[in-house]
Formats: sequence, structure tokens, C-alpha cells
Amino acid sequence: MEWLMWFSKPENTKPLALIIFFVTFIGIVIYVYGSKKRSKRLESYRDIPFLDDQEGTKDKQ
Amino acid sequence: MAVTTYSGAEQYNFDIVKKFAVMSLVWAVVGMFVGVYIASELAWPFLNFDSPYFSFGRFRPVHTSAVIFGFGGSALFATSYYVVQRTCQTRLISDGMASFTFWGWQTIIVTAALSYVMGYSQGREYAEMEWPIDILIEVVWVTYLILFVGTIMRRKQPHIYVANWFYLSFILATALLHTFNNLSMPVDLFSMKSYSLFSGTQDAMTQWWYGHNAVGFFLTAAFLGMMYYFVPKQAGRPIYSYRLSIVHFWALSFMYMWVGGHHLHWTALPDWTSSLAAAFSILLLMPSWGGMINGIMTLSGAWDKLRTDPVMRFMIVALSFYGMSTFEGPMMSLKEVNALSHYTDWTVGHVHSGALGWVAMISFGSLYHMIPKLWDTKIYSRKLVEWHFWLATIGIVLYIVAMWISGITQGLMWRAFDEFGNLQYSFAESVAAMMPFYAMRAIGGMFFLTGATLMAVNMYMTIRQGKRENAALEAKLAAKMAHA
Repeated sequence: MEWLMWFSKPENTKPLALIIFFVTFIGIVIYVYGSKKRSKRLESYRDIPFLDDQEGTKDKQ
Repeated sequence: MAVTTYSGAEQYNFDIVKKFAVMSLVWAVVGMFVGVYIASELAWPFLNFDSPYFSFGRFRPVHTSAVIFGFGGSALFATSYYVVQRTCQTRLISDGMASFTFWGWQTIIVTAALSYVMGYSQGREYAEMEWPIDILIEVVWVTYLILFVGTIMRRKQPHIYVANWFYLSFILATALLHTFNNLSMPVDLFSMKSYSLFSGTQDAMTQWWYGHNAVGFFLTAAFLGMMYYFVPKQAGRPIYSYRLSIVHFWALSFMYMWVGGHHLHWTALPDWTSSLAAAFSILLLMPSWGGMINGIMTLSGAWDKLRTDPVMRFMIVALSFYGMSTFEGPMMSLKEVNALSHYTDWTVGHVHSGALGWVAMISFGSLYHMIPKLWDTKIYSRKLVEWHFWLATIGIVLYIVAMWISGITQGLMWRAFDEFGNLQYSFAESVAAMMPFYAMRAIGGMFFLTGATLMAVNMYMTIRQGKRENAALEAKLAAKMAHA
């Protein structure tokens, strides 16, 4: 269990956390912009707010 | 994508949205009135009436709690319940839980305000509530989380729209922040008084980890959720780039938690901590501006709406202030700038540029869009919306310009030395120099309050008009049925 002590030192965990977060974030950016097909699918979600529209249901006359 | 036909009240719980929307307007007027009062106390001290109950120290948390948690919080409850139902095309999982969050949240705001006036305070900024109120907040918030997540889980739309991501991150982050910032030991079971589990620098760090992330997740992420739904709806066109909104979300989520330390530059906090916080603050500029551009560019090809639609104007001005204050914030987090700006009115001006310019303006715009739809009518008076817009905009400009001049003057006076190396000005001299700007700030606040009051009146009339129209329609239908 001695190896666990490595994690108790901030000088080890800080760069480790930085690498994990940075790589994950770059992964997200690649996922979002990396494929044309996926980009098209993601952009189709823009229309969700308009899918349940039925404004002006009342007869104002 | 699934498409479901909208069948109004039966499909969705709009009753809870209406209640929160109305209370949001009530707290806006109350909270801003107290804000104008305390701003006036600083300009004209006789308003303290030599009474502790009227003092700035007791009224200030009443103002901040009423506007942040009363007005902002109620607007967030209202819009998040509206958005999650309409974008997931499903009803909230429990009407009882929704009602509990409403009554619980209003009780929290009222008891917090009363306790501050009575002199009870933890002395933690934006978290002054003592421990019994903190426990009630915890219960209400966990109920809110269960309700929101449960509703998302039973959605009919396979994809979770990005606005809900922002709302959910706000709910989760606020739960974390509230829990850890308020860890304390009551003096005894029947005492309101408690002491923090943290002390010294750790206590300061915990407070500002909470304080800045309250700005980051309560006052930014959550209102971005509002923006990602209501700006496209009001503009009548989808958000400029959905992919950019995803990157915006994750970049904010990764970076915000690190920046609290910039509130503690030049203190006992280790130097590397506040330097790291400053570095992340600078990095935050990119996602913030990415989000602002995404919102503003939604109007691309329909810029004429800015001229013709006052509600759209509220939203675009809100996004502009979001951009401005997210530029000013990173700049103030630089140690050299902070050495001048910290402890001065510049900070107060910066907070209000975000709170009035971004938070309040996007809330006003969203409520102007949502309230007529909830009561199935049109806005009572567009002229009053125009008046509100200009009063609010002029009020904000007066406020922040006054605080810039006042803050920079304070900073310069406090660091001025004479030829013998002594301080050139006494503190009292710097206070006297502030007087005209405190008056200007109070007047700016009065403009903003007047605008908010006009909105409350306009929305009251809108609701009344909606009710009348519905009653007339029902009577007409009943008459038709009788003749048939």
C-alpha cells in the first residue's frame, strides 16, 4: 500500500489532475468537432426548444 | 428527435412556474428597494436613524439575499421547471415536491431577512443564514435536485437539451458549495448561533471557494441555461452553434472551481494558490466570450429585431454585459490590478455590472417572454417594456461609472504617500471624497428600481388581462354549448 502515499503529495497530484482534466477536455473538443456526421447530429439538437410549440391556442375573437 | 404535440396545462405543471415567476418579481422590487435604501444610507447617513435595525450591516445581507436568492433564485426555479418540462416534453415527476420547493424557498428568504434584521448572521458573504436556515436550504435543494433529475430521466426527448445541462450543473454545484461552506457547530441546540468548522486562512479559502462559485454556478451557469432556451425562443431561430454550447459548458465546468483564490490576493493564503486562481480566471475569458458570441450570433440575419423587439433588446444587452463583466473580472484578478482594486468600490461596481447587467437583464427578458405565454395572452404594454429597458440601462451605467470613479479614487488615495513617506490621506478623507459618487450610485439604483417596478405593474396587468380573456373564452364556449 506504500504506492498510495504517492497520491498524498500535492506535488504529484496537482500535475496528475492537470493532465487528467486537460486530456479529458481535449477529448471533448475532438468529440464535438472531430466528425462531420456527429457534428450534423449535434447541430440538429438546436431545434429542440421549438419542437413542442403551439402558440396562440386561444380564440381572441 | 422525438416530436410531441404540446397540450398545455394537462401535459405540464405550469402552476409551479407561475408561482415562482410572480415571487421573482415581488422579490425583485423588495430586494432592489432595500439595495437603493442602503446605497442612500452611504450617501446620506441620517437614514440610519441611529438604530441597529436600520443599519447598513443588517440591511446589506437582506438586500443580497432578496435579490440573489429571492429574485434570481425564484426566476431560476421558474425557468428551470418551464425549460425542463418543455425540452424533455414531460411533466415534473411530482407536483407535491415542486410545491414543497416553492413554499420552502419562500420561507427561507423571509426567515433569512428577519434573522438579519434581528442581528443573526454567520458573517459569511452571500451565506449569512444561520444553521437552522442552512438545514432547510439543504432539504429544499435536495428535493429540487431529485425533482429535476427525475424529470430528465422520464423525458420523451432522447437528447437532453444543453440548457438543462447548465441548470443541472448549477443545482449540483450549489448543493456542494452550500454543504461545505456551512459546516459549523451550533452553540447549543436551541441557539441560532454557530461557529464554522474551519478557521483562519482555510476558513477564508472555503468562503471564497463558495463565494466565487456562487457567482460561477448560481449567477452564471444557471442564467446561461436561461439564455440557451429563451434567446432562441424570443429570436425565433435556433442557437447559433450547438457544438459551441457544448464546449462552452464543459470549459466553464472545468475551470470555474479553481478561481475563488483570486479574492484573497496579498493575504495569508499561499501565493501559488492565488496565482493559480488568477491563471484560471484569465483562461475563463475564452469560454465566457464563446458563450456570449454564441448567444449574440443567434440573432445573425435578424438584427432588425433589436430595433423592433424590446424583449430581445433586454437579452442582447444582458449578453453584452456578460461579455463586459467576464472581461473585467479576469483583469481584476491580476495581482497588480487587484492591488489597486481590492477593498474598493470598483469591486462593488464589477459585481453589479454582472448582477444588474447580466443576471437581472436576462431574467427580465426571459420573464417577459414566459409570463404572457403562461397566462396565454400578450404583454399588456410594450411601451412600459421600452421604458423599463431604458431606465434599467441608464441605471446600470450610472451605477458602474460611479463605482469605477469611486473605486479607483479610493485605491489611489489609500496608496498615496507624501514626500516624507507618510500616508498622504486619512481614511476619513477618502470617505468624504466618495460622497458625490455614492449619491450617483443611489440615483442609478433608483432608475433600476423604477424600471423593475414598472415591470411588476406591467406583468400584474398582463396576468389580469390573461385571466379576463380566459374567463371570456370559457363563457363563450359555455354559451355555445348551451345553444347546441
